[in-house]
Amino acid sequence: MIDFELTAEEKAKIDEAHEVALKYFRPVSRYYDEHEHEEPQDIIDFMWSNRSKGFVTGLGVVGAMMVEELCWGDAGLYLASPGPGLGGAAVFAAGTQEQWRKFLARFGEGKPKWGAMAMTEPGCGSDTSAIQATATRDGDFWVLNGEKIFVTMGHRALDLSEGIIVVWASIDKSAGRAGMKSFVVEAGTPGMKVEKKEKKLGIKASDTVTVTFDNCRIPFGNILGKAEVKSKTEGFKGAMATFDVTRPMVAAQALGVTRAALDMLRDEIDKQGIKIRYDLPRSKQTALEHDFIEMEANLRAAHLLMIRAMWQLGSGLSNALEASMSKAKAGRAATLITQRAVELMGPLGYSRKYLFEKFMRDAKINDIFEGTGQINTLVVARRVLGFTRDQLK
Amino acid sequence: MLSFSPSEEQQMIVNTVKQFANDVMRKKFRECDEEGQIPAEIINTAWELGLVVSCIPEEYGGAGWEHSALTGTLLAEELAWGDLSMAMHILSPWLGVLPIVEMGTSEQKKKYLPAVCGGKFTAATAALIEPRFDFDHNDLGTIAKKNGGYVLNGEKCFVPLAQDAAFTLVYAGEGNASQCFIVDKGAKGLKIGEREKNMGIKALATYELSLKDCKVPAEHKLGGEKGCDFKRLTNLSRVALAALAVGVARGSFEFSRDYARERYAFGEPIGSRQAIAFMLADMAIEIDAARLLNWEAAWLLDKKAEATRECCLAKAYADNMVMLCTDYGVQVMGGHGYVRDNPVELWFRNGRGFVAFTGMAIV
Ligand SMILES: Cc1cc2nc3c(=O)[nH]c(=O)nc-3n(C[C@H](O)[C@H](O)[C@H](O)COP(=O)(O)OP(=O)(O)OC[C@H]3O[C@@H](n4cnc5c(N)ncnc54)[C@H](O)[C@@H]3O)c2cc1C
Repeated sequence: MIDFELTAEEKAKIDEAHEVALKYFRPVSRYYDEHEHEEPQDIIDFMWSNRSKGFVTGLGVVGAMMVEELCWGDAGLYLASPGPGLGGAAVFAAGTQEQWRKFLARFGEGKPKWGAMAMTEPGCGSDTSAIQATATRDGDFWVLNGEKIFVTMGHRALDLSEGIIVVWASIDKSAGRAGMKSFVVEAGTPGMKVEKKEKKLGIKASDTVTVTFDNCRIPFGNILGKAEVKSKTEGFKGAMATFDVTRPMVAAQALGVTRAALDMLRDEIDKQGIKIRYDLPRSKQTALEHDFIEMEANLRAAHLLMIRAMWQLGSGLSNALEASMSKAKAGRAATLITQRAVELMGPLGYSRKYLFEKFMRDAKINDIFEGTGQINTLVVARRVLGFTRDQLK
Repeated sequence: MLSFSPSEEQQMIVNTVKQFANDVMRKKFRECDEEGQIPAEIINTAWELGLVVSCIPEEYGGAGWEHSALTGTLLAEELAWGDLSMAMHILSPWLGVLPIVEMGTSEQKKKYLPAVCGGKFTAATAALIEPRFDFDHNDLGTIAKKNGGYVLNGEKCFVPLAQDAAFTLVYAGEGNASQCFIVDKGAKGLKIGEREKNMGIKALATYELSLKDCKVPAEHKLGGEKGCDFKRLTNLSRVALAALAVGVARGSFEFSRDYARERYAFGEPIGSRQAIAFMLADMAIEIDAARLLNWEAAWLLDKKAEATRECCLAKAYADNMVMLCTDYGVQVMGGHGYVRDNPVELWFRNGRGFVAFTGMAIV
């Protein structure tokens, strides 16, 4: 039965996340945008001490909608909130139960901790098959070498806490994709070093760093998935399974920021006594009304695509197509809507006195990470055409 | 509880209509478009599926299912996938009866519902749109004056099957509100004009219609003295049209997708190039987006919620979506998309109509 109703319990959780966004994130949103690399310690402590509420670890539709609410408050502060993050998602998707215990239990105890994931390198981002980092077997150990860039939360995971990082590296370069594996590295492992901290366009409260591996030795059991090089796609299965969750999650992040921009736009025009008249023929709409309706429809449509992908996951249905659809759509909708909001507000949109320009900067990342808009469109295209990556490059 | 799965019953209806669309409508739609008519046997076969009478109460001769806009959107999409002209023809009796089912007085139900519950297709229709570019359904040029009964004056257009309709629901302004009046076939002052010629939906017979001092009895005002819930009717129409748009777009998407796999240029299928593949990906995404938005709006209507905003968003979105997708359908096929041997040009012409089709279907 098609049904869009959430249970009272589910709604309460989402409302709770909204309260946090409104009371804790929004008031300091501008401050941490203007003070890049300063620790939002109050937020970190608050989010850690409330971690049992699942603000950043919830799964499924409700988890995603909670993330959407937090990002409505501030997308950077959401990313900066302690928790297993993308690294945790990878361990969860591809790891054994023992690995869950070893690497994920820490996110429920002790001091705040973060998880990170490192795929991107200076020479490759979208083209993950070109990864240069290597993992070489040495008895009971793997030895990692290489350089990873743009690692979200790498600094907090590895320098400021006893967190983890999931690193993608090749165990057999001649095997191409099949040789690609992921490894968990714990903070403090010798040979791993956090280097450059990026200065960014937006989501400034979230750290983005370079991590280098110089003969970094990790236990053999830290590999996620099998150590053998088998079928062509095997090594990538783990990453793909992670994407089924993380792509709709990033869509949720995008939609939170975007709704923030649209809500604020509605408030501002409302203050001018302008109400959006929905029930008008095209010829009588103002340009503002026409734009607003287009923005609002796009936002809602993208939201529904996102919750559908999450619902499929929770219902045990395969969602790789729909996860990429939702990410591609949300990235584009976020770009369209937040930029249009700045445009419509004129000087107020452009001024740092208001948050419109910040929403526009924060939103843009969602069309880039976790697969660019083009890469997700490519995934959708391959799937609808039934083409392999060789048939459609 | 959140779910995106149709119920078993809905799935059954969808499967039945899908098969009809594929086996019957798709075999004849090009011919119908060229000739400007739909063979009676197609319409009668569709009638036998029992779609129209499904939501008419049993006491008036129908099947007595609870009326559901959501179920209506599901079957409208499948019908439109088959062919838009035929879909609108097959569903046109709903234009006459659904407003009466939802809002009619018991006398109106008794008088008009059994008329469409016979063994054969019976036309009924509605006249809302007027022939001017700035047409506004909330500010109609057709006027109803109270004078014992009502006197209707005005011009209408895009009235499906007006010639054959057993009765027509004419929308007219009374004071500040739009109201609906049931006008019987052959009523004095009701003049049915020439059959219209449009860019698309060529197989659907639509007419201009003029009302000159057309008198209707007071009890023919839909809902009686208090009138009807016009907002709700326009919303039910919006979700119907958005669903039809999704069906048309899906047709164009599937056809051009299959073509892109088979057609070779520069040594590989054209679908192997991103410029083509990305159009197809965008179509797939936009079609799903429009459908979900529309489902939510229809779901709200089924809960009897005020859903004007949601319905307007769904309709506006679908209007853009169908134009994008039917345009891409032609573009993917190049010159072969432009010639009438292939169907995408037909869908392209039909797709452009949705912005103008206000009130031409209801679920
Ligand atoms: C703030 C931030 C945080 C990040 N966090 C992480 C993280 O935690 N972990 C991690 O591993 N990475 C992270 N990334 C990296 C991010 O995932 C990559 O930047 C992204 O995947 C794109 O790779 P690239 O920058 O190398 O661009 P490129 O791959 O060089 O792409 C450049 C352009 O070419 C397009 N393009 C590339 N290939 C194709 C193709 N086949 N078809 C069509 N178009 C194509 C792209 O869409 C893009 O527009 C982060 C990046 C940023 C900016």
